[in-house]
Amino acid sequence: MAVKTVIEAIREGMDEEMARDESVFLIGEDVGNRGGVFLATDGLFKKYGELRVIDSPLAESCIVGVAIGAAVNGMKPIAEIQFADFIAPAMNQIIQEAARFCYRTAGDFNLPMVIRAPWGGGVHGALYHSQSIEATFGHIPGLKVVAPGTPADAKGLLKAAVRDPDPVLYLEHKRTYRLVKGEVPAGDHVVPIGKADVKREGKDMTLIAYGLMLTYCLEAAEKLAAEGVSAEVLDLRTIKPIDQAAIVASARKTGKVLVVHEDNPFAGIAAEVMAIIMENAFDALDAPVMRLTGPDVPAMPFNQVLEEAFMPNVDKILAKARELAAY
Amino acid sequence: MASVKMPQLGESITEGTISKWLKKPGDQVKKYEGLVEIITDKVNAEVPAPLAGILKEIKVKEGATVTVGTEIAVIEESVGAAPTLPSPKGGGEVEKAAAPASPSPVTEEGQGGGSESRTRLSPAVRALIEEHRISDAELSQIEGSGIAGRISKKDIEDFVAKRAQPATANGEQRQTSVPAVPTPAPTPGTTIPLTPMRRAIATNMLKSKQTIPHAWTVAEVDMTSVVRFRQKARDSFKLREGIDLTFVPIIIKAVVEGLKAVPVLNASWSDQGVVLHKDINIGVAVSVDDGLIVPVVHQADRMSISGLAKAIDDLAKRARAGKLGIPDVQGGTFTVNNPGTFGTILSYSIIAPPQAGILAMDAIVKRPVVVEGDAIAVRSMMNLCLSFDHRVLDGVSAARFLQGVRRWLEGFSEQVPLY
Repeated sequence: MAVKTVIEAIREGMDEEMARDESVFLIGEDVGNRGGVFLATDGLFKKYGELRVIDSPLAESCIVGVAIGAAVNGMKPIAEIQFADFIAPAMNQIIQEAARFCYRTAGDFNLPMVIRAPWGGGVHGALYHSQSIEATFGHIPGLKVVAPGTPADAKGLLKAAVRDPDPVLYLEHKRTYRLVKGEVPAGDHVVPIGKADVKREGKDMTLIAYGLMLTYCLEAAEKLAAEGVSAEVLDLRTIKPIDQAAIVASARKTGKVLVVHEDNPFAGIAAEVMAIIMENAFDALDAPVMRLTGPDVPAMPFNQVLEEAFMPNVDKILAKARELAAY
Repeated sequence: MASVKMPQLGESITEGTISKWLKKPGDQVKKYEGLVEIITDKVNAEVPAPLAGILKEIKVKEGATVTVGTEIAVIEESVGAAPTLPSPKGGGEVEKAAAPASPSPVTEEGQGGGSESRTRLSPAVRALIEEHRISDAELSQIEGSGIAGRISKKDIEDFVAKRAQPATANGEQRQTSVPAVPTPAPTPGTTIPLTPMRRAIATNMLKSKQTIPHAWTVAEVDMTSVVRFRQKARDSFKLREGIDLTFVPIIIKAVVEGLKAVPVLNASWSDQGVVLHKDINIGVAVSVDDGLIVPVVHQADRMSISGLAKAIDDLAKRARAGKLGIPDVQGGTFTVNNPGTFGTILSYSIIAPPQAGILAMDAIVKRPVVVEGDAIAVRSMMNLCLSFDHRVLDGVSAARFLQGVRRWLEGFSEQVPLY
């Protein structure tokens, strides 16, 4: 095993899938010669050529629309939305067409396509480069949504997304790209969609997170251990279909749960996780299920003080976890 | 303050066992709302609250047996019509007061917030209390480490771990009517906790064997005519009545005839004399999941075979559904038991006090039998085993009873009316 960054793992995943299957191709803004704005596709243009690494116009509706058409015709497109914030112009293609295509054709057509989108804040990206979109798309039946937080999961889930017969929204957290490093298993490493992962075992409480917040929760758990609180950290990895069994099992084990995400709280993923716990593990709870999220305000501010006020971080997680431990 | 007493749930009932409290201290109770489940003579009865108010105190724990009239709970009458719910604000304020950094073990005595948090148990804590059978007394010893003294899951787990350590000699006062068995040697195995029904059966059986001098006698009955008749009548009976025609109502009919001929067996022993009962009320043993219930067919002497069949079917169904009422299990004057269904051929039953006898129907088996003219024939034979109270009657009366039953059954013909 080799230690890699998240962005290296994603690039490697795409490279291996393109080498394995000729129907896999990339399309997006600046993915070609430029190698992508974050260099996620760096080197792939040279290796696979302009027919398989396609620079698109600045039109997200076109990127997703082309991908849908290609997928219907037997190709396996990986469409890149440069920033998740820019996905709005492609809403109609994703929600009305891609998500419903299999259902609408009574299963005659699947759409084996991946939409990659860098998401999340904490990078001074301000309003148009910091948004979280998982709850919006998680709400749409017919879409799969994954949000890996480690290099190994990033590569494994990318491969699973490419091989999945249905459209998968693949969310890669910008802040984790070069911040989070980890070992990636050699060989054809595939992580199944729909399976959460206990990243740290504990018995006093469960911290549930995904994406960048996973790293923060693991750090918080380490500090909590020094205070005598044993925190389990459950990485959702897949937002939809969500791993109910893993959530319930961990909630039953510890009886106390804190869900953390940077997306705003209203009708968010934490709300869904809390509902799952209330419906299935109420009798094992020792405290109200708690959540720590970004605020219900229109967008992430640019100003550093305000950005920090917006984003959950290790200190905020620790404070909330201590509150839960003391309950 | 008003006290709730163990009610008298039947004419001969002197005590009752608390099966389950439906309310806990601090709960609002409405008038006539179910307050507690009480078990007497193997039946559950829900006792309603005699007045509206707040349940202040539970005086008798679940599983304990007390005599009729004993105070079991205290209810504080509500003054106004509108019950004042405890304000949830109290907890919130306390929460803020207790800074998470300093877990000071302050126990707010008397203050609303403190005591409320102690009694407000989380689902996980409740489940653990049940699992580890932690009594109210034990619970009150546990010091809550949570906000405002709340008892947390961890507090319970720590307590259980501590309790499991060898003999803290913390004499637990578990009231029981059955003598406690000495602590078993540490051999591998598990202990099945006693259900209220198990305790009731144990108490009754022990009392019977210790006070009634049982005598036992058996008669062999040729059931061939009955078996033939039942085979013929079975399908049409099922079609008409919707229930199976079993041997039990036929046997009970025969027993009723036998008791009419020997009234001293339809009786009870008392120090003042043998009490002969006017009605013939037949108890029928019904096995249920966790034990045995003996519902009673009242005034069986006034019923036809089909009437008995229906009464027994109804009682058995309700027994298995746990829907029997107190009158359904009271007033029996004689009992019929049917172990033969399970293939037994000789059964020595224990009398249900204060009755004087119990008859066991054993299995009907085909056997070669010497019949009139010294011929050998294949006949359907059954043993009827009678246990009787030798204080009340002697062997001669018992034999006469069995003979009466046998003659009635052997003389059975299609002329015997079903209705």
